[in-house]
Amino acid sequence: MSDRLTVLKTYKLYVGGKFPRSESGRVYEVTDSKQNWLANAPLSSRKDARDAVVAARKAFGGWSGATAYNRGQVLYRVAEMLEGRRDQYVREVAGAEGLSKSKAGDQVDAAIDRWVWYAGWTDKIAQVVGGGNPVAGPFFNLSSPEPTGVVAVLAPQKSSFLGLVSVVAPVIATGNTAVVIASEKSPLPALSLGEVLATSDLPGGVVNILSGRTAEIATPLASHQDVNAIDLAGADEELAKELEIAAADNLKRVLRPQSVDNWSAAPGTDRMTAFLETKTVWHPTGSLGASGSAY
Amino acid sequence: MAPVFDYAPAPESRSVVDLAPSYGLFIDGEFTEAADGKVFKTVSPSTEEVLSEVAEAGEADVDRAVKAARKAFEKWSALPGSERAKYLFRIARIIQERSRELAVLETLDNGKPIKETRDADLPLVAAHFFYYAGWADKLDHAGYGADPRPLGVAGQVIPWNFPLLMLAWKIAPALATGNTVVLKPAETTPLSALFFADICRQAGLPKGVVNILTGDGRAGAALIAHPDVHKVAFTGSTAVGKQIARTVAGTRKKVTLELGGKGANIVFDDAPIDQAVEGIVNGIFFNQGQVCCAGSRLLVQESIHDELLNSLKRRLTTLRLGDPLDKNTDIGAINSAEQLARITALADQGEAEGAERWSPACELPENGYWFAPTLFTNVTQAHTVARDEIFGPVLSVLTFRTPDEAVAKANNTPYGLSAGIWTEKGSRILAVANKLRAGVIWSNTFNKFDPTSPFGGYKESGYGREGGRHGLEAYLDV
Repeated sequence: MSDRLTVLKTYKLYVGGKFPRSESGRVYEVTDSKQNWLANAPLSSRKDARDAVVAARKAFGGWSGATAYNRGQVLYRVAEMLEGRRDQYVREVAGAEGLSKSKAGDQVDAAIDRWVWYAGWTDKIAQVVGGGNPVAGPFFNLSSPEPTGVVAVLAPQKSSFLGLVSVVAPVIATGNTAVVIASEKSPLPALSLGEVLATSDLPGGVVNILSGRTAEIATPLASHQDVNAIDLAGADEELAKELEIAAADNLKRVLRPQSVDNWSAAPGTDRMTAFLETKTVWHPTGSLGASGSAY
Repeated sequence: MAPVFDYAPAPESRSVVDLAPSYGLFIDGEFTEAADGKVFKTVSPSTEEVLSEVAEAGEADVDRAVKAARKAFEKWSALPGSERAKYLFRIARIIQERSRELAVLETLDNGKPIKETRDADLPLVAAHFFYYAGWADKLDHAGYGADPRPLGVAGQVIPWNFPLLMLAWKIAPALATGNTVVLKPAETTPLSALFFADICRQAGLPKGVVNILTGDGRAGAALIAHPDVHKVAFTGSTAVGKQIARTVAGTRKKVTLELGGKGANIVFDDAPIDQAVEGIVNGIFFNQGQVCCAGSRLLVQESIHDELLNSLKRRLTTLRLGDPLDKNTDIGAINSAEQLARITALADQGEAEGAERWSPACELPENGYWFAPTLFTNVTQAHTVARDEIFGPVLSVLTFRTPDEAVAKANNTPYGLSAGIWTEKGSRILAVANKLRAGVIWSNTFNKFDPTSPFGGYKESGYGREGGRHGLEAYLDV
C-alpha cells in the first residue's frame, strides 16, 4: 500500500454548476501552515468574476422561485452529502488551518450542522420577519421577505470551511444566489465544497466559488451593476472601505466585516435578514356593511 | 351518461407492505403485549378482510407508557435543540424513503384511495416532520420569549380519517419542542402508527420518547385523565372534545382540540364555474368526505344555481368509486361499518325531512363499506343535513342572494373550522373572509394543507392551532 503513488486532485473553480479552470490560465501555490505545498489553486481573474455573476443571475429566477420547502430539502441534502465525505474535509481543514484532526473534525461537524440549521430556516424566516399589518382602513396588508438577488460573498480568511459555510448558507437559504470568493490563503475546502453542492440537487449557478486574490476578484464584483449585495466578511478594514464605496454606485446592500472569533457560536438571523427585501402588498377588502357577525 | 371508455384495473401492488399477523403496543422502545393480553382485529374497510391483530391497551398499559414517556422526558428535553432537530430530520427522511409502503398500508387500513395516500397524506406527513425538525433549534425565534420550555408528557388521541397525517401533526411539534409522547391511534386504523414506531427505531430515537398505544376510546380516556400527562391533544368529534374539556377541568393540563366542522363553500355568480366545481368536488368528496374541514354545505348564489348544479352533477358521474388500491379510483371505502351506518341514517333523515336526494349511477362493491357520492338540493338551514356533521360523501346545497346573506348562512352553525369562497373579485374574497367565523378560509381553492400554515377552529370546532409557528404554542409552557 505505502508504495503506491497517490493521485492528486486538480482543484478547479465552481461556476454555473461546472468546474472550469480560471479563464486566465493562472494558478497559485497553496501551502499548509508549515509552508508545505498542498495544491495549485486557480488564480481567478476579473473575467472569471463576471462570468460567475452571469451564472448567478441566470440561476436566481429558478432558485428564488422554488418553494421554501424545496430549498430546505436541498440544503439538508448538502448536509447529508458532507457527512458522507467528512474525512476528506477534516483532512483539508486540518491542512488549511494547521489544526489537529480532532479540532478540524469539530469544525467540519459544526459546518454540517450549520447546513441543517439553515435548511430549517428556509420555510420559517418569512414567519419570523414577515406578517400582516393592521392598517387603519379596509385593506389587506401583508409584508413578506424576498431575496435581494445576486450576492457577492467574501468568505472569511481564517476559518476556511466553517466560516465559509456560515456565510454562504444564509445567503442561499432565502433564495439569493451567490458568487463566493474563497479564503485567499486556504481555498481548498471551499473549492471542494463545490463538489458537494454539485451533487446535492442544488441547481447550477446558485453558488459559484472562485479562488485567487480576494482584492482582485472583489473589486469588479463590488462595482458590478448586476450584483445586488456584498458580504465583506473576508475583507480587511482598508479593502472593506474601498469595496463599500464601489458598492454605493448601485446601492448594493453591504454587510460589513464583523470580528468573529468563533464561528461555532450559534448564528442568529442577521446573516439572512441582511440580504432580504421586504415586500408589502395592499389589497382592498371591500365592505359588507358595518354590522358584526351575530354568531 | 354511459362512460366513453372503460378503465382497465390499475392496482397498486400490495407486496410493498409486509404485514405481521399481530402487533404489540410500543412502549419504552419495545413492542409488548397488553398487560391483560387483550387484542382486537383491524380490517380493510374495502373488503372486510382482517389485516392484522393488535394489542388492546388498558389502564395498566396507559400507566406504563406514561411512566416511560416521563422517564424519557428528562433527557429528551435537556438535549440541545439542534440534536432533537436531527432526529426529526431523520424521521422525515425515512418517511420519504418508505412513503410508498406507508401509502399502501394506509389505503389498506383506512380505505381511502391510493391516489390520496400517495399524493396527499404521505408527502404532507414527511413535510410536517421536516418543518418542525427545523423549529427544534429555533424556538428562541418563534416569538414565545427566550428559551421556551416544553410541558412534559403529551397525551395524544387521533382519528381514523388521516391516521398518519394526524400522527405527524401531533408528534412532530411535540418532539421538536422537547416533549415526549404517548399517542393513541384510532381503533379502526392502528397500523400506520405502529409502522411509525418502527421508523422511530430506525431513526435511533431514544426509548420512551414516542410510545404508541392501540386500543379503543377507553384507552384514550385513561390517557387523557392520567395525572402525569401535562398536555392533551385531541382530534376527533366535538362530542368527545367536550368530554375531554370536562375531564381536564381543574387540572393544569394544556389542551388543544381539533373537532368537527360543517364548512360552507360559498360560490358567487362571478366565480369560474369549472374551477368551482372541481373545488366543490374536492371539498366534499376528498377522503369520502370524512374530513373535519370538508366543505359539506354548498352555498350557491341563486342566479347560477341551475348552471352550477348541472355542471356538478355531470362531474359527479365521472367519479370512479371502487378498489382504493386502484390508481384510478377517486372514491374509496367508508372507514367502518359504524361510520357507514351513521352516514346512511343522516342521509335517510335528510330525505325524510324533504330535501331532494341525488346520486350518480354508481355500482357499489359487494363487500366492504361503501356510500355513493350524494347531493341534497332544496335544503334549508333547518334541515338536519345542513346542521349536523355527516362526515361522509354527502353535500347539502343551499342558496343565497347577497353576500350578507351568504355570510349569515355560512356562520349559522355551532362549528367554525373551514370555509371556501369562490369569486373573481379579490375585494369580495377579503370582505367575506373577514366576516366568516372559521379558522381556515380557502379562496378559489379548497382542502389545501401545508405544514407552515396554522390549522384549527373557531367555536365548537375546538381550540388551539396545529401547523406553522402558531402550532408550537400548544406544546410550550407559555
